[in-house]
Amino acid sequence: MTIADRPQPRSLTDLFLSFNQLALQGFGGVLAIAQRELVERKRWLSNEEFVEEWSVAQIMPGPNIVNLALMIGARHFGLRGAMAAVAGMLALPLVLVLALALLYAQFAHHPQMAGALRGMGAVAAGLILAAALKLAGALKTNPLGMPACVTLGVACFSGVALLRWPLIYLLLGLGVPTCLVAYRRLAP
Amino acid sequence: MSDAPILSLQWTDWLELFLHYLQLSMLAIGGAMTTAPEMHRYLVDQHHWLSEAQFTSSIAIAQAAPGPNILFVALMGWNIGSNAGGIGAALFGALVTMTAILLPSSTLAYLAAHWAHRNRELRLVRAFKQAMAPLVIALLAATGWLLASAHRDPAADWPLWLLTAVSAAIVWRSKLHLLYLLAAGAALGWFGVL
Repeated sequence: MTIADRPQPRSLTDLFLSFNQLALQGFGGVLAIAQRELVERKRWLSNEEFVEEWSVAQIMPGPNIVNLALMIGARHFGLRGAMAAVAGMLALPLVLVLALALLYAQFAHHPQMAGALRGMGAVAAGLILAAALKLAGALKTNPLGMPACVTLGVACFSGVALLRWPLIYLLLGLGVPTCLVAYRRLAP
Repeated sequence: MSDAPILSLQWTDWLELFLHYLQLSMLAIGGAMTTAPEMHRYLVDQHHWLSEAQFTSSIAIAQAAPGPNILFVALMGWNIGSNAGGIGAALFGALVTMTAILLPSSTLAYLAAHWAHRNRELRLVRAFKQAMAPLVIALLAATGWLLASAHRDPAADWPLWLLTAVSAAIVWRSKLHLLYLLAAGAALGWFGVL
């Protein structure tokens, strides 16, 4: 976990602009683009670090991607960094979304527009699945071992996506025992 | 929207809305979208501050627009405000709901991240992160799956599923810019291929 030899955000402005640019590319959700930009292009984080940050962002209440921006901003520039990253993530998209709401009434029933939105929605789903596939590579170094990770992943996916169980039960039911096992595996 | 209610909201109503969203913020584990059913109950069924169409379109617009999906919360506040008055009230509404949904969760996330980073060598913290990794990756895959399967009939909508699968494969295996894929999806939909 050395971050010394990796590029880092240079300033508050850099944080603001980076997260702004990232948010503006995120049609149908920002997570897929966040993995691509932060890990593959800017290299602020490795896939492993991204998964670690994401676990905390995901487990905390509130919008995950805002939590992630906040945590990365805070890591480099403290509270001001957190605010710069969150502001970058939200300010311009907020203006855009309000402008779109004003236009929406006119285009809501336009069949080609509806078709375009459906197409973008299908691609957005694919982007998120691809982000999951890429991050799964980070599990190779996990002390739980690949077979256990795959089993847990399949169980969690089935619970949420197929059986539609409430997330909180899955996180408690699968997360707590897994934490105990990982704790034992990490024995000094 | 023609079926939008016309409201006269007192400051106590705004305060109630603010307090309600403060609570929702702390309940939104797994993302703010998980509290959407509760928002529907509160805004549409209980208070009639939003019409059904305004509620649904708030979510649809925020998902289609660039940026985090949490902006649907701002749109709900915006619509409540515009039902109660003009652009000024609408902006105020967006500010009320957005501040309330972010303030508690962001404060908590900030403190937690700070603590976790300072104690990152602690065995418990390392165990937590390693244990959560397979689960959060699976949750991500589940989100993609749920987005792909929303309101769709596999027999009629197989081209959408195919598009999802092909885009996932391309992004997984290449460096192609994601915006090209989104544009291609929009074009295919626009010309009625999907």
